Amino acid sequence: MQRILKITIVESDPARAALIEEGLAHAGQYELNTVSDMTRLTAAIAEHNPDIVLIDLDNPSRDALEALTLASAPLERPVALFVDQSDAGLTKIAIEAGVSAYVVDGLRADRLKPIIDAAVTRFTMFRQMRHELAATKRALEERKLIDRAKGILMKAKGIDEQAAYALLRRAAMDQGRKVVDVAEALVTTAGLLS
Amino acid sequence: MPVGFLPLIDAAPLIVAVEMGFDRAEGVALDLRRAQSWSSLRDMVSYGQVIAAQMLSPMPVATALGLGGAGAPLAAIAVLSTNGEVIGVSRNMAERLREGGHGFGFDDAHAAGAALIAAAEGPLRIAVPFPFSMHSELLYYWLTALGLPAPSALDIRTVPPSLMAAALAAGELDAFCVGEPWGSMAVEEGVGELLLPGCAIWPGAPEKVLGVRADLADTATEPLRAVIRALWNAGQWLNDPQSRTIACELLSRRAYLDVPVEVIDRALSGHLTISARGDSRIVSNFINFSHYTPQAEQAGWIGERMAARLGLDRTAARISAESTFRSDLNARTLRAIPGYFARPAAENRLFDEQNFNQPLVK
Repeated sequence: MQRILKITIVESDPARAALIEEGLAHAGQYELNTVSDMTRLTAAIAEHNPDIVLIDLDNPSRDALEALTLASAPLERPVALFVDQSDAGLTKIAIEAGVSAYVVDGLRADRLKPIIDAAVTRFTMFRQMRHELAATKRALEERKLIDRAKGILMKAKGIDEQAAYALLRRAAMDQGRKVVDVAEALVTTAGLLS
Repeated sequence: MPVGFLPLIDAAPLIVAVEMGFDRAEGVALDLRRAQSWSSLRDMVSYGQVIAAQMLSPMPVATALGLGGAGAPLAAIAVLSTNGEVIGVSRNMAERLREGGHGFGFDDAHAAGAALIAAAEGPLRIAVPFPFSMHSELLYYWLTALGLPAPSALDIRTVPPSLMAAALAAGELDAFCVGEPWGSMAVEEGVGELLLPGCAIWPGAPEKVLGVRADLADTATEPLRAVIRALWNAGQWLNDPQSRTIACELLSRRAYLDVPVEVIDRALSGHLTISARGDSRIVSNFINFSHYTPQAEQAGWIGERMAARLGLDRTAARISAESTFRSDLNARTLRAIPGYFARPAAENRLFDEQNFNQPLVK
């Protein structure tokens, strides 16, 4: 029987780490552990001596893991980034999803594939969630600005909300700008005058 | 054209090219993508998420030697900046240096290095941002040339700059070598003091390059050549002292460095604040953006030094390293710029008068 692979997940957010662990648990039987304290990263990895290290591509601590690829690294076994060059496809998919995997040299691709697949699924989901969150936040910010600008117009000109919005929209169309930009300019100006 | 960068002072040519329109003037539009780590920039270039990226000058060399990453071979098609690194020490080490009589002159690599070696208690623990960096090369060269045995007495480790303040405060580091604004930020946060600028070790050391996949450099299509011309123009603009006020404002924007204008001005003016008490030093040529053409022998030097440290074949390393710096492509492209004249090559001498392109002493 094959030895159970040891996987270390580098992730400071416990909720995300739990989701990755869950995804991997569905993919097969692995010995999982999570490093959340980035200042102890290399020490923790040397301690666990994993076969695979998974880390978010956007994590600044990734650069510290590059030392693993050197002979004098904290891991006794040589490590490569991802699989070997013959499997660039797997690597490309992972990079696009935003996950990087450091893999002990010589690990067979067929043992690796389910792990990378599971990780890619999770990271694609995170990426989507991050985009949605950013878009939602922006929309909320914009609505707040437009509401405030409407309020200013209603008070200054004694008009109702609908008329105030119509005024903003017309100004935006006339100047070829977005409604939110006109609103922002108005709010800033009103702030200066008050 | 998607181009990757890290929020550092020496991303300036890329930022300026976009903000001042040097890119569009050459008929190309740069789409800057901010990354969080050097390894991700390298992978983004290897796997085609970006066409080009700001890179540490030893990164294409390391890839050619098979170190780090499993992606495509890389090539440096321009030198974005020379120098701009600072070496700093923890507050504890600064105290010990002062007790030992070091005056923090900030200009003498011999004095600073000897003082640091004398003040060491056990192996010197020094942080760099990336294993394959000019920071590592400068540190190894500087301290071993002054007689410190490596690796037994020199422990150079990788710490992301954003975690460095914490590592310094925790007493895990004696010193660090980083690019600005991180050195000045460590001073601002009161966790470290600056000891020496990188230009005191090797004036003219290529610090950041524009890296692309080697096969793209081979074909060298027009958009890539337009980028080479645009960034040359940006570098010329940046080197004009008149540009500094605007350059600082551009770099400090939230989408780029998101750091106070005043902190950026320190690096661009070479007027650095070296301690939390406000001691300051003026460094001429602290960072330079106009030594633009990559010099193959400099890559060879880097490759040979790396190979010697890691037990690889040094001659083979020099040869494959040299091929990563595309002097020809760069120089040929620049000649098309009206009014372009080739500048004399950067200074080739290290602080101890060793000429870097002579074979290394065994």
